[in-house]
Amino acid sequence: MDTLNTIAVARVQFGLNIAFHILFPGISIGLAWMLVWFRVRWARTGAPAWQATYKLWAGVFALTFAMGVVSGIVMSFQFGTNWPGFMNNVGNIAGPLLAYEVLTAFFLEATFLGVMLFGMRRVPAWLHLTSTVLVAIGTTLSAYWILALSSWMQTPTGYVMADGQLIAGDWWAVIFNPSFPYRFAHTMIASGLTAAFLVAGLSAWRLLNAPADGAAKSTLHIGVLIAAVLAPTQLVVGDLHGLNTLEHQPAKIAAIEALWDTRHGAPLVLFAIPNGRKRTNEFVLQIPKGASLVLKHEADAELQGIDAFAPDAPPVAPVFFAFRVMVGTGVLMLALSWFGLWRLRRGAAAPRRLLWIFAAFTFSGWVATLAGWLVTEIGRQPWLVTGVLRTDDAVGSVSQASLGASLTGYIVTYSIMLLAYVVVLTHMAAAGSDATASAPAREPSS
Amino acid sequence: MNLDLPLVFTLLMGVSVLAYVVLDGFDLGVGMLMPAADDHEQSVMVASIGPFWDANETWLVLGVGMLLVAFPLAHGVILGALYLPVAAMLIGLMFRGVAFEFRIKAMGWHARLWNRLFWFGSFLASFAQGMMLGHYITGFASGFGFFLFAMLVGACLCGGYVLLGATWLVLKTEGGLQKKAITWAKWGLLWVALGVAAVSAVTPLMSETIRMKWFDFPRTLALMLLPAATLALGVGVWIILRRLGRGATRAEWAPFAGSVAIFTLAFAGLAYSLFPYLVMDRMTIWQAAAHPSALNFILVGALVVVPMIIAYTAFSHRVFRGKARAGYR
Repeated sequence: MDTLNTIAVARVQFGLNIAFHILFPGISIGLAWMLVWFRVRWARTGAPAWQATYKLWAGVFALTFAMGVVSGIVMSFQFGTNWPGFMNNVGNIAGPLLAYEVLTAFFLEATFLGVMLFGMRRVPAWLHLTSTVLVAIGTTLSAYWILALSSWMQTPTGYVMADGQLIAGDWWAVIFNPSFPYRFAHTMIASGLTAAFLVAGLSAWRLLNAPADGAAKSTLHIGVLIAAVLAPTQLVVGDLHGLNTLEHQPAKIAAIEALWDTRHGAPLVLFAIPNGRKRTNEFVLQIPKGASLVLKHEADAELQGIDAFAPDAPPVAPVFFAFRVMVGTGVLMLALSWFGLWRLRRGAAAPRRLLWIFAAFTFSGWVATLAGWLVTEIGRQPWLVTGVLRTDDAVGSVSQASLGASLTGYIVTYSIMLLAYVVVLTHMAAAGSDATASAPAREPSS
Repeated sequence: MNLDLPLVFTLLMGVSVLAYVVLDGFDLGVGMLMPAADDHEQSVMVASIGPFWDANETWLVLGVGMLLVAFPLAHGVILGALYLPVAAMLIGLMFRGVAFEFRIKAMGWHARLWNRLFWFGSFLASFAQGMMLGHYITGFASGFGFFLFAMLVGACLCGGYVLLGATWLVLKTEGGLQKKAITWAKWGLLWVALGVAAVSAVTPLMSETIRMKWFDFPRTLALMLLPAATLALGVGVWIILRRLGRGATRAEWAPFAGSVAIFTLAFAGLAYSLFPYLVMDRMTIWQAAAHPSALNFILVGALVVVPMIIAYTAFSHRVFRGKARAGYR
């Protein structure tokens, strides 16, 4: 009983931490590349409006990046404290991937972010532009390594047993494991979408406060444009990622489709309430043979159900619902971005109602990202590393009292930080780029 | 190739931890000194560390990463035993890190709140790191005496970071703030002297192994060079601080360099006390090491990348050389 509780608390603590952390890189990776765009526009045109735009969004980036850094440091410790079994069993694979992330990405982005934020008047323009690009490359490299590890945990390849330890036989196969290219593309596009909606939403918020702000108009347009391009791309990539999952982790797909029993011509369940105890769906709305058609491109094809994997199958309900939240949010984002693009064509002013909708969608990327993360991580259970290591076998032996105390501390800290982040971002957006141009006035210069 | 990989990685980890202590030490120290300065001075102080703190903190991730990657067995034991101080440190670092941004971007009482949290986070992280060190040296022995000892080390490390922060400000500021920084540095130095003396006296009493290593004639005579050099450095820093206080402008970098040297010597002393144990009296570096295949793979990358990291860190310090100005954004 005690172990069960420890597992639950350790899991909640780590899950909370990752969920909190993922919000910020989810924005900063995409936003870093948008900053490159703004910086290039500024260099090309020399227009003060672009400079002000760059400064405003560099400020948003700095804040987001700091949130990501500090919550990431916590993770680097919790890998060991909460999941010692993880490092003891697969540390020879996970360790080097994490080390490469620190060595190639963290120092790069941290150092050049300093130059990017504080060096504007100290380095030549080309060097400042280069620093902005290096920060963007750093954020992307960081995603590359951590997703290589995350994907390897989902679809492990390239490992061998030697001297009683699991080690890498072929690093190439470890890094480019079957799900990595799909997960990397899917996550990068997700970050682009999240950042695009953040920029569009905050610009819309600014326009609600100051309808004449030209800079906010152009950033709204850029955000909508990027979203309108990325949203349909994501639909295609997401579908490919799903087919890849069907090939390598069919149990996850069974949970996503709430398919309890293996059958030919499986239906596509649009909505239902999966009942884990009765192993059946209630209140079902479904398209007959739909799942077989979508996943196997053949109406009568056989799909494996949960029964084919039990007892090593994930819980159905959370995976099923999270998947629908992710796809639903994605479809809304697609519809809104295309409608917005059409409505804003040829520089038309956005109606207030549309601005309100974009403002409401500022953090829509977070919803989709978290839902997608839940699908992929819960869908992997009961495995931590598929077929290699069970989650239960990796949990640590930290006392419940310590876990409880630290969990309370983390929850309080995260709540304060998240609240402050949203409030400050909204304030910055409402003040617009003019305010940041004169920001040094608030800190008198000597 | 007959490379002693665990030894190589112990060195790498040691360098990372020392780099962290020295680099984040100065910005945590500046954070702890905030309440002693007025609004404008605070802006200058933050501006002096703004471009660096993030990269400085990355050395901690590298240090703990090396422990995690190269010595997975020790990682679980050490961080499991230090669970609560580690959590306290992380919470401190979180508040400190985001307060950098929030204190400029928030308004009114929010801004004042984040200023306080900036100070509090710096202090909490420093004190917790000292407590971690205290527990670590004694091999995680439990008991009231050991707890007091950890508190003592916590207080000393705060003093050490204040010394680093204050001497950094001597280098990076001018005028009234520099004057104040010289005074702070003197207090920090006294605190460190007291702390180093106390820890050096108490540590051999706390640990049999450490006592054997240091009090073993005639080796002791050679080892006494270490405290002697530390003392000489301390006196040197004090003299230069006094000169600077009287209006001299030469060698403003010397107090900071001297403080870094003091930290390096203290670190060397600790390393000597512990080696070859990674967990005192329980686990040596060779017992705790990961599989050579993993270590080789990292070593190749580290040999390529670490020189690059050092190069662009130096570049960044060159870009931001000279005196710090408020609101340089």
